[in-house]
Amino acid sequence: MVTTYLFYFLSFLAIMFGLMVVLSKNPIHSVLYLVLCFFTIAGHYVLLNAQFLAVVHVIVYSGAIMVLFLFVIMLLNLNKETEPHKSIWLKGSAAIAAGSLLLVMVGSLKGATTIQSTNAFNPNIGLIENLGTTLFKDFLLPFEVSSILLLAAMVGAVMLGKKSIK
Amino acid sequence: MNSAIQVIPLEWYLLLCTVLFTIGVLGVLFRRNAIIIFMSIELMLNAVNLLLVAFSSFLSDSKGQVFVFFIMAVAAAEVAVGLAILMMVYRNTNSSDINVLNKLKW
Repeated sequence: MVTTYLFYFLSFLAIMFGLMVVLSKNPIHSVLYLVLCFFTIAGHYVLLNAQFLAVVHVIVYSGAIMVLFLFVIMLLNLNKETEPHKSIWLKGSAAIAAGSLLLVMVGSLKGATTIQSTNAFNPNIGLIENLGTTLFKDFLLPFEVSSILLLAAMVGAVMLGKKSIK
Repeated sequence: MNSAIQVIPLEWYLLLCTVLFTIGVLGVLFRRNAIIIFMSIELMLNAVNLLLVAFSSFLSDSKGQVFVFFIMAVAAAEVAVGLAILMMVYRNTNSSDINVLNKLKW
């Protein structure tokens, strides 16, 4: 019972903070609402017995990525409310387009049949022991490739951030 | 306390993630500030992450959660390069408005 209420509460908060990210005028407020939204998603992970993932999510997203966003916004001095806005027609058509996308996706989910889980429920799959076994047994090559991806991204960011590219 | 997947039907998670994803799409279409567009993309990635974790918990298979790790790594790389490009654009045009960048339009 408590889990159900927590699910409703966290879902409401996640959707509300998500909307606030899009609708708030000040970019700094958007970043802070996005951090709150990520915290509610971390709460969902805890409810789903993915404890390690919740911790990693808070560290990587709220701790690293959003701080990078805040850093860039403050470097660009965007923390004023004079940013350009689209015309009312474009905003209306954007809202209609997103609404129809939601309609189509919910409509396609309505006709879907529910799959049955073949495995017995195991509350321990989110623990670091099981995740590490899967990561290093089945996903060893993707793991190494993602390290190359991160290296390439780091080189690219440094390259782009330089004052003049020779 | 039970796991949420034992008491909440999977459809609710599908619905929640669809709504979050649509909010991200709305942000991309709605705003002109490039940083807000980046944040909306993050929101979409997180909606997909949440759905992957829900299905992984539903099927009792930890492969879905390992996928979330890879999505996180790709998102971190994307943000680092994207924000560097944004700094470059700001240095050249003095704004973060994407409507300034219409040189590739026909």
